[in-house]
Amino acid sequence: MSAKVTVDDVQRVAELANLELTPDESGHMVHDLNAILDYVAQLSELHTGGVKPLAQIGELKGAGGVSLLRPDVKEPSLDRAAVMAQAPETDQVFFKVPKVIER
Amino acid sequence: MPSDANTAENYVETPKTLTELHAEIAAGRTKAADLAASYYDRIAAVNPRLNVYLGLSKERAMEQAARVDAAAAKGDPLGSLAGVPVGIKDVLVMKGAPATAGSKILEGYRPPYDATPVSKLEAAGAVLLGKINCDEFAMGSSNENSAYGPVRNPVDTGRVPGGSSGGSAAAVAANMAVATLGTDTGGSIRQPASFCGVVGVLPTYGRVSRYGLIAFASSLDRVGPFAANVRDAATLLGVIAGYDPKDATSSPAPVPDYAAESDRPVEGLRIGVPAEYFGEGLDPEVRAAIEKGIESLKAAGCAVKTVSLPTTKYAIPTYYLVATAEASANLARFDGVRYGYRSPSSANLADMYRHSRDEGFGAEVKRRILLGTYALSAGYYDAYYLKAQQVRRLLAEEFLRAFAEVDTIVTPTAPMPAFKLGEKTGDPLAMYLADIYTVTASLAGICGVTVPCGKTNAGLPVGMQVLAAHLNEGTAFRVARAVEAAQR
Repeated sequence: MSAKVTVDDVQRVAELANLELTPDESGHMVHDLNAILDYVAQLSELHTGGVKPLAQIGELKGAGGVSLLRPDVKEPSLDRAAVMAQAPETDQVFFKVPKVIER
Repeated sequence: MPSDANTAENYVETPKTLTELHAEIAAGRTKAADLAASYYDRIAAVNPRLNVYLGLSKERAMEQAARVDAAAAKGDPLGSLAGVPVGIKDVLVMKGAPATAGSKILEGYRPPYDATPVSKLEAAGAVLLGKINCDEFAMGSSNENSAYGPVRNPVDTGRVPGGSSGGSAAAVAANMAVATLGTDTGGSIRQPASFCGVVGVLPTYGRVSRYGLIAFASSLDRVGPFAANVRDAATLLGVIAGYDPKDATSSPAPVPDYAAESDRPVEGLRIGVPAEYFGEGLDPEVRAAIEKGIESLKAAGCAVKTVSLPTTKYAIPTYYLVATAEASANLARFDGVRYGYRSPSSANLADMYRHSRDEGFGAEVKRRILLGTYALSAGYYDAYYLKAQQVRRLLAEEFLRAFAEVDTIVTPTAPMPAFKLGEKTGDPLAMYLADIYTVTASLAGICGVTVPCGKTNAGLPVGMQVLAAHLNEGTAFRVARAVEAAQR
């Protein structure tokens, strides 16, 4: 759990997250991530064998119960024109984006 | 702008209580329209110095005020917040009003709908003044991460108001709104309320709908009120709480009359004091103020006993893994396609994603996306995210055991009073430690109230955090009322 993060690691993670870092930013991030990961490494002191991960607060006793899902039926949603008005580029029906595939 | 504490002016003012305002507006002695106009005047005078409001929704506010005045003139029944001027943290959407989340990446976005807590406030008669500054995507403990500049603490403008809901706390402290909404993921309501000397509420997870909240960490995010006194905060929670079919984690539990619960005496309540919250790193003046507050609870007839929460020391690392992992997933939606900022110069789709995100996000947001992506990436998932979720259960169960023995747990809200602008911006880890007493309740999903509890020698506010078990807000309000009463 105390692996040192390198510039290559940061670049790889940035790519996964669709972020583009300048060399200067990468350097800072390597430093900051290592400091934070060193700090979180203390969690390895705790024995958690057999402990069920807690993903939903409602699972806990008295905490209100687990998520309620509505019936899977069609319901009115936001007006298309109001939503499309927010798009950077649109033909009013679809969102437009730059070229995906080079011909 | 000068940021030397010696040049600081004090902008703190006391607004009327909700009960007083309701009586005045119902009787027509105060017109909601005049009240709203006077708040806009005050905002115009004070905002250039404090940087609290990012946008004003005057047209909507004045229309609502006119409706309230017309209803009052006819003698129609008025909502509990009729004519009350409120401000909204700019991570909650208001139809047609620019929503920024303190980020450049949402530039130009005008949401086509209202967040549920916002529409509930308006349905109760509240007048929505505008949108309030905060750390970018609610990530920060000082409000210095806003792309629109930091908010200043009205008590001392050389200091931060706390974060991430720093603007919401400062607005109430400076009477730029009677009440505000904020959000709390790791302490973002409680810590700024403490720094600015106002009351802030962390409702139980699921108590208030998150529909229309721009998500940071979905298993932790909560919406809650700020007010100048405990009873008003209780009234506000009663208005915004309740089941909402638009939020799958919203609780169907009935909503009690929190204001009435806060009126009940505290005699006989059992108060837990955890040693783990009074150790190394606690400012001695904060400790003295909290100890005095605990003495006042004893004097009011509470039974005070020590409780043990030994997993507390692992809360910050656990929090920063869970929160950043969820943030990395939530913030993937900001891609320049559907709304907000799109980088103008990209040859293809992949470049457009990267350029838009790189130009749109600030440094702290990128740091957290990277940490979260790393913690979720192949080979690290078990060691980081899964481990953190296991520790999260240990922390939560520890609280449940403690609440079998005591009704509330009291702690300092933050280890220090408001710090100076720029003091911690160079060291992310030092900034994260400002949340050391608040992240535990966030992880456990329990509720709490922070209430002003004395001041330091320099006059900086200290806040006491009163924690209670899930859905037990009423008891936290009662104890906070007793602490508040002892300050007078």
